[in-house]
Amino acid sequence: MPAKGAIQSTMAPAAAGSHHDEGVRLVDVSRRYGRVEALAGVSLRAEPGEVVAVVGPSGCGKSTLLELVCGLQAPDGGTVSAGRAVLMPQRDLLLPWASALDNAALALRVRGASRREARERAAPVFAEFGLAGFEAARPYELSGGMRQRVAFLRTLLAGAPVLCLDEPFGALDAISRADMQAWLAGALAREPRTVLLVTHDVEEAVVLADRVLVLSRRPGRVVAELEVPSPRPRRPTDADVVALRARALEALRP
Amino acid sequence: MTAFLLFLVLLGAWQLYVDLSGVDRILLAAPTEVASSLWTDRGLLWSNLVVTGQEVVLGLLVALVVSLAIAVVVHLSPPLRRAIMPLAAASQAIPIVLFAPILAFWWGFDIRPKLAIVALITFFPIVVTTLDGLESVDPALGKLLRTFGASRWRTLRLVEAPAALPGLLSGAKIAVAVAVIGAVLAEDAGATRGLGLMFTQANNQLETARAFAAVVVLTVLAAALFATLSLAERRLVPWAERSRNREGDAP
Repeated sequence: MPAKGAIQSTMAPAAAGSHHDEGVRLVDVSRRYGRVEALAGVSLRAEPGEVVAVVGPSGCGKSTLLELVCGLQAPDGGTVSAGRAVLMPQRDLLLPWASALDNAALALRVRGASRREARERAAPVFAEFGLAGFEAARPYELSGGMRQRVAFLRTLLAGAPVLCLDEPFGALDAISRADMQAWLAGALAREPRTVLLVTHDVEEAVVLADRVLVLSRRPGRVVAELEVPSPRPRRPTDADVVALRARALEALRP
Repeated sequence: MTAFLLFLVLLGAWQLYVDLSGVDRILLAAPTEVASSLWTDRGLLWSNLVVTGQEVVLGLLVALVVSLAIAVVVHLSPPLRRAIMPLAAASQAIPIVLFAPILAFWWGFDIRPKLAIVALITFFPIVVTTLDGLESVDPALGKLLRTFGASRWRTLRLVEAPAALPGLLSGAKIAVAVAVIGAVLAEDAGATRGLGLMFTQANNQLETARAFAAVVVLTVLAAALFATLSLAERRLVPWAERSRNREGDAP
């Protein structure tokens, strides 16, 4: 399908720190698949280092949005400009034959590092993020939460300024999910990145993000934008979190 | 254990049938006669087993290399896939007796025609199972790798090739029994040694017990190779079985 819009995905750090290198900006982006209009005139921005959550009903084009930002798809209209962005899908997709450490180091190997180099670079980060002792474990030996941690590290170690997280904890039970949200908040405090977090869990969005965008039912467009001013760490029971959650849910109702 | 008991029962039935029915011993040797031939002809059987064993093992190795190459090529190139796969499938319908004499004419009575025939009748299932493995990689993982900036080659080497290893091994397991038959037929087309030749000669000389003994050794060869590959599978791809179990557990 020919792209009427434009993608400017900057691979080289031409002007370090500039918006295009580390942030995300979508202007009036639309995307359709045949007759199905997935996104209709979505505009959003994420400043460098900002965590922006996108919530919306299922099928509102959230995953399409992330694929546009990652350069996996081209928009039919509007412009997408973003720094190099990597995807973290809902399923961990860890390689079953590789150890947890080698899985975390996958992006390094993909970009040409030898197995040893990749391990040496991944090992300190692995330990720093609370995974020490699990280096040699195979994915099938890990719990769902641990697998998502390894998957997140794999995304982080890709070294891209923009992370696109697609329902990262959607497959976890409630307790693991709460643990993982706290863990992710800590990880991002340590390694700040520009994050687009797609989720259908409004509470998760409010706990983790600096700003929450609410998408409408298909075709998706931004119907509300909520700033989350309260300092981190936030807990789902904090009064302002509860209040914002209620506002976001209100916006989600058509 | 049950398999062994069943084996004993079948053996006993065979012995009883030969003893009681008065069947011509040239048609059917009794298990006791086969056992005695296994002992008295052990030197001959062993030296022929070495020959046939080499043909089967090396022929399978050739098949593995060729199949892997074909699977990778057709995996990477849809046009070549459309060109090659129908021909590869069709090649399986050609009776070996048709081309065995030609191969013997080209290469004489040495091991090369045997390797070619074993490889030819075993490569196709290996291509199919290996290709399945190469294509079992989740499309979402492909997207992930693209955002990592993975080249086609690195994706193949780091993700698709390991994912294809279980397929390669199950293909080889399927191929083992056929490989033994292939070696026997290849020896029939022209050979100076080997269990297949020994079988044919014993059969022609009405040495039925010896012919049966050669067949027993052939079946043991096939079973031993199958067991070796199963062991290799457990050692090389332990994750394949575990992932299957995990998927089985999922709702």
